[in-house]
Amino acid sequence: MSECSRLSCLCLVMLALCLPLRLSAQEAVGHFGPDAAIRTLVIRSSTDIDAFAPVMQVFLDRSVDTRIRYEQWGSNALYRISSEECRQSGTRADLVISSAIDQQVKLVNDGCAIAHRSAYTRRLPAHANWRDELFGITLEPAVMVYNRDELSDDEIPLSRFDLLDRLRPNDSRFAGRVATYDIELSGLGYLFAFADSQQATSFGALLEAFGRTGAVATCCSAELIDAVAEGRFLVAYNVLGSYALARADTDPRIGIVAPQDYTLTLSRGALIPAGAPQVDTARAFLDFLLSDQGRAILRKLHLIATFDDDSDDFPAIQSAASALRPIPLSPTLLVGLDQMKRELFIRQWREKMVLETGEQK
Amino acid sequence: MKPDQRSSLTRRLALSISLLLIAGGALVSLAALAYGRQAAQTAFDRLLLGAARQVVASTSVVDGRVLADIPVSAFELLALAPDDRVFYRIVGQDGQTLTGYDALVSPGEGRPDVAYYNLEFNGEPIRMIALTKRFAERAFSGSIQVLVAQTMRARNALAQELVGNAMLVVALVGVSMAILAIVAVYSALRPLYRIERSFSSRDPRDLTPLKLAVPGELSPVVDAINRFMSRLDRQMETTNNLIADSAHQLRTPIAALRAQTELATGESDPAVLSQSLERIHARSRSLSRLTDQLLSRALIIHRNDSAVRTRVDLRTVAMDTADEFDIDSQGRARELRLQLPEFEAWVRGDALSLREACKNLVNNAFVHGQPPVTLTVEARGDKAILSIHDQGSGPSAPAGLRAGERFVHADEAVKHSGSGIGLAIVQEVVRAHQGELRFLPDEAQGFTVLMDFPRDGYV
Repeated sequence: MSECSRLSCLCLVMLALCLPLRLSAQEAVGHFGPDAAIRTLVIRSSTDIDAFAPVMQVFLDRSVDTRIRYEQWGSNALYRISSEECRQSGTRADLVISSAIDQQVKLVNDGCAIAHRSAYTRRLPAHANWRDELFGITLEPAVMVYNRDELSDDEIPLSRFDLLDRLRPNDSRFAGRVATYDIELSGLGYLFAFADSQQATSFGALLEAFGRTGAVATCCSAELIDAVAEGRFLVAYNVLGSYALARADTDPRIGIVAPQDYTLTLSRGALIPAGAPQVDTARAFLDFLLSDQGRAILRKLHLIATFDDDSDDFPAIQSAASALRPIPLSPTLLVGLDQMKRELFIRQWREKMVLETGEQK
Repeated sequence: MKPDQRSSLTRRLALSISLLLIAGGALVSLAALAYGRQAAQTAFDRLLLGAARQVVASTSVVDGRVLADIPVSAFELLALAPDDRVFYRIVGQDGQTLTGYDALVSPGEGRPDVAYYNLEFNGEPIRMIALTKRFAERAFSGSIQVLVAQTMRARNALAQELVGNAMLVVALVGVSMAILAIVAVYSALRPLYRIERSFSSRDPRDLTPLKLAVPGELSPVVDAINRFMSRLDRQMETTNNLIADSAHQLRTPIAALRAQTELATGESDPAVLSQSLERIHARSRSLSRLTDQLLSRALIIHRNDSAVRTRVDLRTVAMDTADEFDIDSQGRARELRLQLPEFEAWVRGDALSLREACKNLVNNAFVHGQPPVTLTVEARGDKAILSIHDQGSGPSAPAGLRAGERFVHADEAVKHSGSGIGLAIVQEVVRAHQGELRFLPDEAQGFTVLMDFPRDGYV
């Protein structure tokens, strides 16, 4: 998965450096729309091509002479190339979408984005719009994923306190079978952990409980969800809801809980890089993403979560809407990116976790 | 008043009021601008300072290395300006970046511990604060510098809002002042229109004073108009009287002259003719003197209303009169004595009128009294006195009492060479100079006519 592909990205970067011809570090490229189109919109995104393809198809149905080149990037590589191109004042990308919203904020802070104002951007809540340059296009909760076969209904942790309670007994069968992101390997895991540390003291207690019971920190949403589905882990903490929901559609073993004490939500950040060749098309696509039609598709793709128990979507996330804590697109995210702060935070996290690293490390 | 002149008065008022409003508005606006900028600057500088202090407080020395555990709250403080970019840098002792934006320029050593800078960064103006923190640890001794900067969007927006609000107030005040000014001008000019209406509805021959309630500032105007009208009234009356008098006094002698001329025309005896001619000559001479005096009186009355009053020395008046009487019409030297004081006898008045009055009295003394005639000037207390003394017994009592009235001696005017008119002139002059005319008959020592006037400059 893109968020945690630091290793593979590193490999690719090294590969690129070794090769005489400089290769782009994108993981995959997809083309949509007619070959004979007048213009090509280049989207660089950390989202999987398949997860995003339907929304592009609907957009292209409406504008026939447009073609989309969709480049799927690892979020760190995406940040690096965007930042690099910004410094050199030239880019091929028309739209950059990333779940690493701290890096997106940094790009905007460095003046790498151009502003876009429309009726749709004005509708956005304040936390999903920074300077009219960075827009939160999705709504994805950080959820707990559990194995429906392994856990009885009263064992399902509905909140962090429930999870603490399950881990407390010395002979807890949850011991060693709870997993979360390794925040050093996963940018998203770091982002969620950093946000957690600001939200509540329960996070410290949770880390200690993780450390005491030998919880597993590992890379990547896919691995976490797979392991839960297979029953190796009972619960995975702070998994990105969109992936979990997408997997739950096809895998009945997967259960999802949005913690009732509070649920972090993340909005993928989209920006139009300064110097984008197809600014107008980028604006149009952005407006489409923010429009009712676009949002309906994103909702179907689980990129915009529905917190409604009566929803037809299965499985609806169980949570009180009042417990939602959006991570705002704001310069406060820059703190987490600070080299020293990151170093200190990871060190503290490691000290508490007394890490049992996942096998992937 | 012509319409364009009337509108120009309004225009001038409007011009000066709008100039005042514009100048005042500009002044207040400038003040508001400066104040708005200052207020916004102060407000957001405090945010910067608060954030920078938090960053400074988060620094510590660990294993001989300065570490900064930047608190999120510092950036939350800065995020109170929600649309502004944030830049920061922690500079170590050797000018090396410990963390943050390398490109943020450090103002260098030797600066005050807290300093603000206006710079440009990434093509946008920023406001930067630089704080210095000194460490004196075993493992690390020296100072670090914390730079925190922010773009100025919220700052400028606040300044604009403050200025905008102030401008709105200024505009409202300006508009209401303009309305008030219009109302004030209109109501201030209304009495003028009232005066104008009162004049246009008035009979052209009506010279009675205006009786209008006007504001204090306009009452001098109305008073002046009233004074002017009463003078006009008096002059018209004088003119009417003069015409009436002249007609009255000239008709008889002219008729007599004509009768004598007719008689002479039919006369063939040279002796009688010569006698007639002699009579005609005498009569025409006295007629000429009468005419002179009538005109002189008209002149005096006119001057009483119009001549500029100056400081006059009665001695000069007496000497000028004496000059004229040195030789009479027959070329004989006359005996006129002058008694003058050594100092001036100032009065405020019209020298010509005074001289004329004096001349008439002296002339009367020569004609009706007994020489020698003495002309005396005295300055006594608050009075300046001019007196004429002769050795005669003076006029008969009734004539003396009626002296100065207009129709006295109507029939005798010619006979007595118009002495009645002469006295009337004297009376007019004395009245116009707030003086007094007195007759002092004294059987033993002759007759004295005395004019006393308020002495000028006497305290």
